[in-house]
Order: sequence, then C-alpha cells, then structure tokens
Amino acid sequence: MRAPHVTLRGVTKQFRSSANGQVVHALGPIDLEIGNGEFFAIVGPSGCGKSTLLELIAGLLPVSEGRIEFEGRAVAQQIPDGVGVVFQEDACFPWLDVRHNVAFGLRKSTRDLHEVDRRVDEAIGMMGLGEFAQSYPAQLSGGMRQRVCIARTLVAKPRLILLDEPFGALDQQTRLLMGDEVLRLWRETGATVFLITHALDEAAMLADRIAVMSARPGRVIDVVETGWMRERDSRIVENVQFGAVTSRLWKTLRDESLKTMGRMGASA
Amino acid sequence: MRVAGTTPGDHANAAPKTAQRARGTRAWAVTLYQVAVIMGFVVVLEVLCLTGVIDKITMPPPHRIVVDFVKLLASGKMWPEIGKSMANVLLAFVLAYALGIGIGTALHGYRTLRDTLDPLFATYYAIPVFAFYPLFIVMFGLGDGPQVLIGVLLGVVAVIVTTLNGLDRVPAVLRKTAAIARLGPLQTALRVTLPFCAPYLLTAAKLALAYAFIGVIGSEFIMARTGMGYEIGFAYTNFDNATMYPLILLILLLSVGMNGLLTRWEKILLARRGMR
Repeated sequence: MRAPHVTLRGVTKQFRSSANGQVVHALGPIDLEIGNGEFFAIVGPSGCGKSTLLELIAGLLPVSEGRIEFEGRAVAQQIPDGVGVVFQEDACFPWLDVRHNVAFGLRKSTRDLHEVDRRVDEAIGMMGLGEFAQSYPAQLSGGMRQRVCIARTLVAKPRLILLDEPFGALDQQTRLLMGDEVLRLWRETGATVFLITHALDEAAMLADRIAVMSARPGRVIDVVETGWMRERDSRIVENVQFGAVTSRLWKTLRDESLKTMGRMGASA
Repeated sequence: MRVAGTTPGDHANAAPKTAQRARGTRAWAVTLYQVAVIMGFVVVLEVLCLTGVIDKITMPPPHRIVVDFVKLLASGKMWPEIGKSMANVLLAFVLAYALGIGIGTALHGYRTLRDTLDPLFATYYAIPVFAFYPLFIVMFGLGDGPQVLIGVLLGVVAVIVTTLNGLDRVPAVLRKTAAIARLGPLQTALRVTLPFCAPYLLTAAKLALAYAFIGVIGSEFIMARTGMGYEIGFAYTNFDNATMYPLILLILLLSVGMNGLLTRWEKILLARRGMR
C-alpha cells in the first residue's frame, strides 16, 4: 500500500440519544490507513455509522476516543485544509446559478478573481456543465445537480475527496456513468478518494480497497482488495473478478445486514 | 479532460422552452383575470351608485372618488398628513422587521427559550393590542410613539415566527457545505442561512408592512390629532366624502402597491428556486 494519507487509530463515536438521553455507541473502535492517491470505499448495513465516519474524517464531528490524522496532522474538530466533501443530499445553493455554486468555496480561499474564473470554467467544463453555467439548480436534473456539487468540490483542488453516497438518488444508468466520471477525475487529480456507499457493485467497480463495516457499533470487519488497474471504467463489471469481489462483500455483509434488520424489527 | 456531455435523464427536469412559454402565457392570463375581477367589481359599484342602490351620502360613485382623489392630491393640503402617516408606517415596519429578525435569529439558537415562548407566539394574535392604547398613551403620551408601538407590536411576532420558520428549513447539508468551505459563523449566516431564508424574510416583510399599516392608521383613528387615519375619521364625522373616500383609496393603493412589489420580488425568488 502507498504511504498513508489518512490514518485512524482507535476511533470511536458515541452520541447522546435525543429520544431518551442514553449514550449510543455508534462507531468503533476503528483502525484504518488510507494510502495517498488510493480509491477507498466503505460499505456497511444501514445505520452502521458510515456517514458518521466520513464526518469524523472531514472534521465535521469530534471523535469520542482515538485519533484521526490527515497528512500527518490531527483532525480535531476542525475542517482540514485540502479536504472536499460531496454529500448524498442535494447541496446546491438554490439561489445561486451553477457558476456561482461552483465558485462558492473558492471565493474565500482565492483572492485573484481571474484565477477564480479560470478554475470555475475548468471545473464546469470537466463536469460537462458548460451549457448550464447560468442555470439555477431548480432547472437541472438530480444527476446534473450532483455534478455541480462535484465541480464545487473539485474546483478547490482537494487532496482528499470524501464522497457520501453521492449517487444515492440517481438511476442505475446514471450511477454507472457518474462512476466513470469519478474514476476519470480521480485519475486526473491524483487525489485520495474515500467513498461511502451502500451499493456493493458501485464499491466493487470504483475502489482499490473496500472496507466492510459491521452493524452498529460500526467496526471494520473485512477489507477487500479489488486489484483493479488504475485505468478502468464501468465496463469492469464484465470482469469475472468483479463477481468474486461483490460476492465476497455480500458474504461478509449479509449477516450484519440481518442483524440490523433484526434490530429494526425489534424496535418496531 | 471533459466528462461525457450528458447522461440519461440529465435533461429530464431541464425546463424546456415550450413549458416556459406555456407558463408565461398562463401567468398573463391569470393577471388578465385578476384585472378583470377588479374592474368588474368597480363597474358593479359604479352602477349601484349611479342607479341609487347605494345612496350618494353613503358612497359616491368610483369615478367621482377618483376625481376627488386627484383634486385632493393636487391641492396639497393632505401631504403633511400623508407624510406623517407614511413616516410612522415606515418606522413601525423597520422596527418590527429588524426586531423580529433579530429576535427570531437569536431564539433559533436557544431551543428551551423558544419552547417557553411558543405558547405566547401561538396565542399572540388573540390579544387585542388596540385595547392597550390607554396604557400606551400613559406611557408614551399623545405623540407618534403609541401609534408606532402598536404597529410594531402587531407585526413583530409575525416576523419572529416567519424567521424561525425559515431558519428551521435550512438544510443541514448546506451548513455542512459552508463548514467544509471553512466559512465562519458570520459568513455562514450572510452567505448561506440568510440567502436560503430570503423568501421567508420577504413573507415576513409583507406581514410587517401590512401590520404596520393596520397598526398606525388604525391607532390614528383613536389616539391622534393628525395623520391619514385621523383625517378619515374626521371626514367621516363631518360627512366629507370628498376627503374620506380618496384617503381610503390612497391607503389602499399604498398598502396594496407596496405589498404587490414585495410579492413580485418573492415570486421571482421562488421561481428561481423552482418553488413556483
């Protein structure tokens, strides 16, 4: 594996339930190393803490115990420089057109307006949104809005891109094609990508390594190396190895999903 | 590098030009119907007045009101009253709006305090604020203070509730996006929270303006010796229809006109967000 870009050591997260005030052990302990420039995916049953893990790495939430490092520096409830996040929900600002949405974060970090324009044009072009630069999010489809969010993340040139089920709301064909786009962007930017997904095929298609999480409290119970070449796209699904990877993921995940369903049944 | 231009379903929601044209035509038709309804109402009134169903002492025909309206404005004798009332309406509106947004924003961060005040907000409009006017006169005298205060009291809670409503709807993901862009609390408020709430804040402005008119003009009837409300009341007791109806018409035009402008602005914002 490459030199670690992100390191998690004994990371746990506990919440106080708003319903009954009890402490809920949501996550961990988790130990993980993600290599520089690696495409790393996490799969796990619903409610296992995948998104919480992403928010911990992004610095949006504090860890309860343990330590997270990005580029050798501790992430301590502070958004580290060089991190970009694409969320599952529509995160477009409805009052801004595509161009201003993409430029949103850049205006704070870059004073040179010509540089802002250049980078925004580049990101919009990369995501194939050139024709829609003056459109508002309400005039775009779900897939295009998600592309706007990806462009907004890319324009800041992050060294670590965190993707929280970014294609969750899209149809299957669009997901496959968006997956191709993300792979291309990953190769082009050289960034490390950390993908959260519930779709095993998506993880198997995109990632170099895939961690499988247990039911709550989420722990890493298996890490699967896909062994794909860096130059790949959605046609990898035709590869025999693809079936082997997804079946191994499902074999590990099935019992955990059943545990989650059992808990849901018990609480219903 | 450039990604594949479009993907299946990409244009599914992209508004086609024909749909936009259809919406534009419908909007024109609605405007036409609205004007027709108002004109129809005026024509009916005109006929009822001219045929004597409504007698002249009760109400002059609309065309007469318009003539008197022009004469009254041209004479200039009411300008000081109009100016005074409008200044008080504006002051009440600005105070109610600024206070309401300030209190609403502050309350949004304090759940317990908000829950404590919720019953007050829920029952506030059951309180007849005008009933307190003797108290306000004792406290603030017979000047403009009590009138402005009533305008503020009537509007401020509507603004607080609408502001809270808007703030409640700011999606967490937008706040997270602001955090990832490393915006501070003030920048987040100015660049994310307030712009998101803009349609709600415009609704709040409409309410504050309407209540400012009601509060100020209404209280001029009972606790003032100047202003448009007082002049309408004075004209009424003296059977001076040539003054009373034009003033009522002027208040109608000002109030509806200002609210109409805000509504137009609100519609533009909502349309841009795909909410209309």
